[in-house]
Amino acid sequence: MVLLKIKFPFQKRVRLAQGLWLLSWVAMFSGAITFAMGVFLKTELHRRSEVMHSMDIHIVPNLLMAVGLASVGINICAGKVCQDSLDPTRFPRWKMFLPPFFCFSVFLTSLLLVAMILSFALQPSLEESLKIGLKNGIRFYKDTDTPGRCFQKETIDRLQIEFQCCGNTNYRDWFEVQWISSRYLDFTSKEVKDRVRSNVDGRYLLDGVPFSCCNPASPRPCIQYSLLDNSAHYNYEYQSEELNLYNRGCRQALVSYYMGLMNTIGPCVLFDFLLQMTILVSLRYLQTAMEGVIGQENVEIETEGYILEKGVKETLLETKEKMKKLLQFARVGDASAVTPDTEPEADKPATA
Amino acid sequence: MAVLKVTFTKTNRDKLAQVLWVLNWVSVVTGVTLFSLGLFLKVEIVKRRELMSKEIVSVPNMLIFVGLTACAINFLGGKICYDCVDTTKFLRWKLLMLPYIICTFFFTFCILVGALMCYSMRNDLEESLFLGLRDAMRYYKDTDMPGRCYIKRTMDMLQMQFQCCGNEGYRDWFHIQWISNRYLDMTDSGVAERLRSNVEGKYLIDGVPFSCCGLHSPRPCIQHQITNNSAHYNYEYQKEELNLNRRGCRQALLEHYTQIMQSIGLIVLIIWLFEVSVLTGVRYLQTAMENVLRLGDPDSESDGWLLENSIADTARYNFNIIKNLGKCYQVDDDPNIDVPSTSQQAQENVPVKQIPVAQ
Repeated sequence: MVLLKIKFPFQKRVRLAQGLWLLSWVAMFSGAITFAMGVFLKTELHRRSEVMHSMDIHIVPNLLMAVGLASVGINICAGKVCQDSLDPTRFPRWKMFLPPFFCFSVFLTSLLLVAMILSFALQPSLEESLKIGLKNGIRFYKDTDTPGRCFQKETIDRLQIEFQCCGNTNYRDWFEVQWISSRYLDFTSKEVKDRVRSNVDGRYLLDGVPFSCCNPASPRPCIQYSLLDNSAHYNYEYQSEELNLYNRGCRQALVSYYMGLMNTIGPCVLFDFLLQMTILVSLRYLQTAMEGVIGQENVEIETEGYILEKGVKETLLETKEKMKKLLQFARVGDASAVTPDTEPEADKPATA
Repeated sequence: MAVLKVTFTKTNRDKLAQVLWVLNWVSVVTGVTLFSLGLFLKVEIVKRRELMSKEIVSVPNMLIFVGLTACAINFLGGKICYDCVDTTKFLRWKLLMLPYIICTFFFTFCILVGALMCYSMRNDLEESLFLGLRDAMRYYKDTDMPGRCYIKRTMDMLQMQFQCCGNEGYRDWFHIQWISNRYLDMTDSGVAERLRSNVEGKYLIDGVPFSCCGLHSPRPCIQHQITNNSAHYNYEYQKEELNLNRRGCRQALLEHYTQIMQSIGLIVLIIWLFEVSVLTGVRYLQTAMENVLRLGDPDSESDGWLLENSIADTARYNFNIIKNLGKCYQVDDDPNIDVPSTSQQAQENVPVKQIPVAQ
């Protein structure tokens, strides 16, 4: 019972081949664009890799790049097959090549869907990675004299200015961390000694934030220190103050940014996936239609095209049998190489 | 004696016409490039309009105008060159070609002027930026006045983006009041003292806004009491280099715009050279085609040149034309008009002959 049979008169076959050839060129460009988008996403993720703890999310751009490149190759092949299909003498040489080509292409194209699903599924992982990365960044902000951590201050300052955010969840994260290095603290001063003593770990904690948290849109000059003390500043109420510092946390800002990027890339990837599947299905129809023509004298007869010769279940069973026979042959081939006198060789599995 | 004469066979002429047709279309593309460069420069200047006292509109407008005109002229040139292959079609354009070449010659002069203007814009820009930044810093605190409420934001974003501070340096902020009176506690003795110590009653401090803070500093930013070493632990303002941005914003913006202008100027010069070469080709084609028509045989060889006579002769000839243009309304040699001229003097020298009286 053939799957999705369509009849193909000669003209329809020719038109199918020509249309498919044109479409394969379009899909080639689409594959190149998918590759470029994968490269862009990877560069953007790499730029902020200092505040990311794990690299799990990088699988999305990696998949896009791999599939983009592979689809360029697949579409070049498809174009060549279309060109040859109009000439019945040149078409038979593709006979052995096409079935594994189809399996490989369908697998690769489905990876695009996998990439899209992963871009949503990995969002919690991205958020967790940013949470840990930012926490470390804020903790090591003061260590500008420790090798390996000396650029954390600049990284965090640039990040907060560029993404207009402050801290991990919000600006209060800076209250829990000593972000002023002990090198710049006068330990003979009473105020410093009080603060250090009031803390279990002996850290200098204050209700202040670095300058990079300041919001330029605020009408008044930035208040960075004594943020929770209304009496320290004239005409100031921290509960009603909204514009003084950035309200957003950097974790949320970065997640929104990356999700925005992936949501923009998503429709393009989906379009590429649909285009590629259309080409593969049409190519399968063209192949099966041409197979009816091979060996015939009159090349202009009507033939049938289908997706699968037998139903889905039967094809799967057949494929399983074939794989089993191939494995057996390989195993017996090994055994016969070791003990050549024992069992007779199994029959060669019939190839499709 | 012609200037730079070249002999053209029929195939040479045809090839020249085809090559010029292609080059004219390339010139249309370069005209579009000029137009977009002018547009880009205009956008860059308009973006920072608030920081300039007087917007420089001449250079981008010139580039836009030149770009559009280049497109039009080269489009026409392309059509003419396409028709030049066929001598019958050339007759259509014969009368137009010389004026076209003269116009294009003056137009390429305009392109050169545009390129040179790019390089000369610097002084005007520096003056404009100095005054604009001075005013912007003065109005920094006026975030409650309509028309000036966004200057604080613009100035902060500028200082953060270009990593600069003040007009010449950070000390410019010490001479103006950048904290609004709304946020000053006038009952406080410190504030009152500062206001009194100043002639104009301004609240001046040795502090700068947060946007002056340097990103590369290893210590948290010191923005207030900058010149007071004892106010901060382990701090000497004379030695401190990374704490604040050291560059002045005028310098930073000037460098930014100079870089843009120099790149644009270079591209415009290259386009000018290209246009001049296309114009030379068109001139050769025109003279070659005219000589072919003069000779009568469309397939024969003909000469092409830049000028028919030497430069001195052509200049003299044109000068005479221009001189005589002014005389077209004056009388000349019409014998019926009684003109008191030198003939009277001649009469005086002629001896008067007595008319013989009949007796």
